Amino acid sequence: MTQSVVIQVGQCGNQIGCCFWDLALREHAAVNQKAIYDEAISSFFRNVDTRVVGDGGSISKGKIRSLKARAVLIDMEEGVVNEILQGPLRDVFDSKQLITDISGSGNNWAVGHKVFGSLYQEQILEKLRKSAEHCDCLQCFFVIHSMGGGTGSGLGTFLLKVLEDEFPEVYRFVTSVYPSGEDDVITSPYNSMLAMKELNEHADCVLPIDNQSLFDIISKIDLMVNSGKLGTAIKPKSLVTSSAGAFKKRQEKPFDAMNNIVANLLLNLTSSARFEGSLNMDLNEISMNLVPFPQLHYLVSSLTPLYTLADVNIPSRRLDQMFSDAFSKDHQLIQADPKHSLYLACALMVRGNVQISDLRRNIERLKPSLRFVSWNQEGWKTSLCSVPPVGHSHSLLALANNTCVKPTFIELRERFTRLYKKRAHLHHYLQIEGMEESCFTEAMSSLSALIQEYNQLDATKSMPAEDLPRLRVAV
Amino acid sequence: MSIVTVQLGQCGNQIGFEVFDALFSDSHCPQGLCSKRENEAYQASCKERFFSEEENGVPIARAVLVDMEPKVINQTLSKAAHSGRWKYGQHSCFCQKQGSGNNWAYGYSVHGPRHEESIMNLIQKEVEKCDSLNGFLIIMSMAGGTGSGLGAFVTQNLQDRYSNSLKMNQIIWPYGTGEVIVQNYNSILTLSHLYRSSDALLIHENDAVHKICAKLMNIKQISFRDINQVLAHQLGSVFQPTYSGEGSFHYRRNPLGDLMENLVPHPEFKMLGVRNIPQMSENSLAYSTFTWAGLLKHLRQMLISNAKMEEGAFKDPALYTSWLEPVHAFSVWKTQRAFSKYEKSAALVSNSQFLVKPLDMIVGKAWNMFASKAYIHQYTKFGIEEEDFLDSFTLLEQVIASYCNLGF
Repeated sequence: MTQSVVIQVGQCGNQIGCCFWDLALREHAAVNQKAIYDEAISSFFRNVDTRVVGDGGSISKGKIRSLKARAVLIDMEEGVVNEILQGPLRDVFDSKQLITDISGSGNNWAVGHKVFGSLYQEQILEKLRKSAEHCDCLQCFFVIHSMGGGTGSGLGTFLLKVLEDEFPEVYRFVTSVYPSGEDDVITSPYNSMLAMKELNEHADCVLPIDNQSLFDIISKIDLMVNSGKLGTAIKPKSLVTSSAGAFKKRQEKPFDAMNNIVANLLLNLTSSARFEGSLNMDLNEISMNLVPFPQLHYLVSSLTPLYTLADVNIPSRRLDQMFSDAFSKDHQLIQADPKHSLYLACALMVRGNVQISDLRRNIERLKPSLRFVSWNQEGWKTSLCSVPPVGHSHSLLALANNTCVKPTFIELRERFTRLYKKRAHLHHYLQIEGMEESCFTEAMSSLSALIQEYNQLDATKSMPAEDLPRLRVAV
Repeated sequence: MSIVTVQLGQCGNQIGFEVFDALFSDSHCPQGLCSKRENEAYQASCKERFFSEEENGVPIARAVLVDMEPKVINQTLSKAAHSGRWKYGQHSCFCQKQGSGNNWAYGYSVHGPRHEESIMNLIQKEVEKCDSLNGFLIIMSMAGGTGSGLGAFVTQNLQDRYSNSLKMNQIIWPYGTGEVIVQNYNSILTLSHLYRSSDALLIHENDAVHKICAKLMNIKQISFRDINQVLAHQLGSVFQPTYSGEGSFHYRRNPLGDLMENLVPHPEFKMLGVRNIPQMSENSLAYSTFTWAGLLKHLRQMLISNAKMEEGAFKDPALYTSWLEPVHAFSVWKTQRAFSKYEKSAALVSNSQFLVKPLDMIVGKAWNMFASKAYIHQYTKFGIEEEDFLDSFTLLEQVIASYCNLGF
């Protein structure tokens, strides 16, 4: 069994990370009733005897003493990390795995990347090496950050290069929160654009998320819960957004609920690697199957169902609804419509009491309405994990490598161009050592090249598939 | 003579368990419908082939379990131990921490050489437990990374080290519609390598077995367990002991050799398939009676129409290629002992054109993907180059052409 390390960077990254650890603990608690430290838990947690000072405290088997998250928390201002360390999860984090500063990055990618990057490079390396040493077989780094700010965006992407150089064999999965239309950070287009270049070059797999989609999903759930349209009671704990342990409810935007969705995404992504099932899917299989060309590694994700009804026996029609929902644009975690764009590849990760015949029936049913690229007409990767998420009897995570991610990038480019043309706020960046205009123009061409790749693929959508003539052999 | 089974990857191990379970259940089935002495001879023969014995009398499967990540092997070992009736050897498994990632190149070029010694040692230990070795049965899938890539590597090794023993690879052909996106690449690489190093490829298609579960056995929510059990039933009906010849009442001692001799007349034609009659749900079994004529007629129908589900006419020369006489092409193996609660049952193992179409489809899809170069970087990363792909395509196109030309 392999281990993964989560690196949460910046305010957004740490808040999401916090939700993730809370959910992970609850999930393992529900599955592992005997409190034995087993391989499933060890994928994200260490078992430590806290009475032992120093490094000798790790225990590899037996009863659980004290679980420590395999996490590195990085933030250039102290507020968020301090709150975590004072909240209910404080014992889960190893105090030695934190990197904080006081001044913050001022929503400036250059400060995060160049200034704090060089300042903290050694410390970062040291913490990473430490967490890797604690792993028997480290498979994957999960980086959680936002694109629009300074720390998450700048320092978070600086990290990627460090990870690539230091741990070339370990996968780098990045969960990136993209800025929405009504984002309040003026410089977010610059930050996002500069971060995109790093993601293009140094990430193995990126799961883009945006706040607007998360917010829409929350609103939809609220509507359904409150309207009582369906008649039967909805189990409150079964909401994909529910969180008993996260800290502080915010009033303006339901960030906790939104962060929980992302936390669920990460848990479901790794469920088949941690728990048993009749068709397992490990993390290295995600990259193998869903990334046909190294640059095209952006995966649009969707989670269903968003809640479950009190009735435990799910008739197959409801199960089928779960599959249909996964492809609707309302369930995607970014503003995207996969049904009307081109699929390069699609993965369906099912948890719970679902069998291969259910999976196949639904693939057959949905296939005709989806468009796949000509060389991957049956581009489905599937997995069945027997352990459902907490509070649900079954769930589905769909990951799509689909050209529907293009509009997000095009919009990003447009917002960037509007600002850049006027050279607004540019001096804040250029005054940082190591930053030049070429950084901006290179980032722009990197993004344009990516968009062009997607354009070329889209162009093949309407063309009939032209099969290359097969090899002919003499008989 | 004994058969050593090597189970590779998630699929191989899940199926391997069901196979041993089916073999054991059948040989200890109280409804043998024959004399006690007959039953005992049958049991002894089955045991010699597939199980060795421990001090406390619990039979141990003659098997080596290999997987690159631990979950499935752990499950398989505990399922067998829990049954209380038979189990796997305590030290018969080889496991690593991180899987092959559905990457044939990783299974073949990285895991293979790295773990060659350990795996071959395990196999050697199992071989030493046999009084005489008939050969190897290697159970693997084509679509993934371990079963396919490491399976191809292990088979090659077996050919080098045990050149006098026979090797039959039990291969699972994946569903046409994706279990794994790169399954076509993995499949052509597997098939082309196995064609060079294996003696026979016994093929089971997931789609076909799925249809059996749905239409014949009326299972509503079909799980992989159901599929694997049907598969195990088919394999059991082929490998359980039968008399060594017409008029003989001794059980044959060289099942693999006899199978190969009858079914693989020429090394260009190695792909075998199994059809099995009857197959029904437990409930219907109680209400059915059979006649041999009816069963065999059904079986012949399945052969001709290429239906998977469902005589003397087998001696019809029109069924066979011109360079084989029906008397050489067709042979019957019998036993009085009933198989697995069926009063009468028959299995047909054939080497025929039935796999040409599926093979052609896989090669076609893989070729299209290859033309666009999609996913190739994942393979070249671990040493499988475009030439290797081209070699595989060439070999398989040759096989397809050969099978197609059988009609002339």
